[in-house]
Amino acid sequence: MKNASLFEPIIEADAPKVRVTFDGHNYKLPQGMSLAAGLLSAGLRSLRKTPVSGAPRGPFCMMGACFDCLVEIDGVTRQACMVEVREGLVASPAGPKEGV
Amino acid sequence: MKKYDLAIIGAGPAGLAAAAEASAAGLTVVMLDEQARSGGQIYRDVERAAPTRGTILGEDYLHGLSLIGATRAERVTYMPRTTVWDITPDGELSYTRDGRADCLQAKRLLIATGALERPMPLPGWTLPGVMTAGAAQILLKQSGLISRRAVLVGSGPLLYLVAVQMVRAGAPPLALLETQGLIVGPARHLPRALMGWRVLAKGMGLLAELRQAGVSRHKRVREISIEGEGQVGKVRFEAKQTMHEISCDTVLLHHGVVPNIQASRALRLEHDWDAGQDCFRPRIDDWGRSSARNIFIAGDGAGIGGAIAAEHAGRLAAFEIARDLGRMVVAERDRRAVPTRRALAKEHVVRPFLDAAFPRYSEALADDTIVCRCEEVTAGEIRRAAALGCTGPNQSKAFNRAGMGPCQGRYCGLTVNRLLAEANGASPEATGYYRLRPPIKPVTLGELAQMKQPDGLEKTA
Repeated sequence: MKNASLFEPIIEADAPKVRVTFDGHNYKLPQGMSLAAGLLSAGLRSLRKTPVSGAPRGPFCMMGACFDCLVEIDGVTRQACMVEVREGLVASPAGPKEGV
Repeated sequence: MKKYDLAIIGAGPAGLAAAAEASAAGLTVVMLDEQARSGGQIYRDVERAAPTRGTILGEDYLHGLSLIGATRAERVTYMPRTTVWDITPDGELSYTRDGRADCLQAKRLLIATGALERPMPLPGWTLPGVMTAGAAQILLKQSGLISRRAVLVGSGPLLYLVAVQMVRAGAPPLALLETQGLIVGPARHLPRALMGWRVLAKGMGLLAELRQAGVSRHKRVREISIEGEGQVGKVRFEAKQTMHEISCDTVLLHHGVVPNIQASRALRLEHDWDAGQDCFRPRIDDWGRSSARNIFIAGDGAGIGGAIAAEHAGRLAAFEIARDLGRMVVAERDRRAVPTRRALAKEHVVRPFLDAAFPRYSEALADDTIVCRCEEVTAGEIRRAAALGCTGPNQSKAFNRAGMGPCQGRYCGLTVNRLLAEANGASPEATGYYRLRPPIKPVTLGELAQMKQPDGLEKTA
């Protein structure tokens, strides 16, 4: 779900912006930023739905401890706060897929 | 398998200071850290952030610059982006780095894995937009991001620091909801705490900055709930016998930090309940040696003391490890320890006051509040497990799966312990903690399959 700037940059990022695909949408995010931070700055809040109740979940601890920001990259479940943004990164929400 | 004198897990203040001293004493050191850059959470990304946002983050943060040189010290192998997922009592570490798993061996281990935010379950705390105050700091330090419409909830010095940093960054929080009571009981700690005047003066300075910026502070807040459709919309609370409501995008929670004991628990080291800090901590001697003689623990992971205390504790551990491995004579170790212990004692003097002044938010949890975020287990389900006769968190797992999700109990362990202890009228110590097992962080089957065998032969598919 997309919002107007939930987290805003206080300084212009000096890193070049690269193309990232998340859940089928394209974003231009600063290279080297964590994927979780990048998606928050792009206005996203929820990155997945929980397997138990289907509730939306977004980044919570940002330090690799809570496992709330799980995404899927190349078929592997990863923590979005522990993945760095790079050109061509393709990620999708972790967990149960629609229609499966 | 690569062999080292000392393996350090974590490149925060304790790990960095220990690495510098151990290397100076002639030890070969490997320092493994999950992040891409050293500094731990407290000095997160300090080298990159200092030039552009050093003034916002403050002097204490910039102190981290004095430590990170340890990653480039002689005889130190620094391994960033490395997740340790198994540790054996005899010093073998298994880890994943850049998608490849491997292992190494060290004569001594130093666990310097720091702290976690104390879990703060509230109605609605799983909604997207609710984060820890530490997470907001990480976003600011590492990515230069800040939330424009945030409410800070809880207690403790970090809450004020985050608020002030937001003010300096031009995005003051909408409000501070403070859960602690009046500082009456804790006043008995004050005379001693005055010896740690620097910390107290800093706290007063932060409060003055907040006042000047006109940030509204609600005190002795109760009945907090976070509401919204699919994301945070508002926070409701009671203060001065009145219900309030604030619309916001982000809620930042904090009521203290607790030792990250995942590694020390998985190693079956001895732990004790610390009533003052309201958490478990591994048992260590005054050099940081745990109940296993080759394993040391330094920094907040051994009990909360803060960043400067962590640095000194890391040094003490390095001195004793150097002595233990024949690289430092006893007299030299003791001589070096004198100023370090003095500095450490100065850091510890203010702790009892802080612990008493900013206790955890202790309002009884409603039955329908989620306590285990991963498995979405509520307080009521934990209480039901107690009613069925569960005396500890491990038994309760079988009834409700609390603690069995991917975070492995990091954000529910203390809550489940407390709920069971309260329901059973037992002590936290007797109630106990989750029995943690490796892997302490996830590892894929693919990574395991491509690991080198101990004899150096690559496994074939």
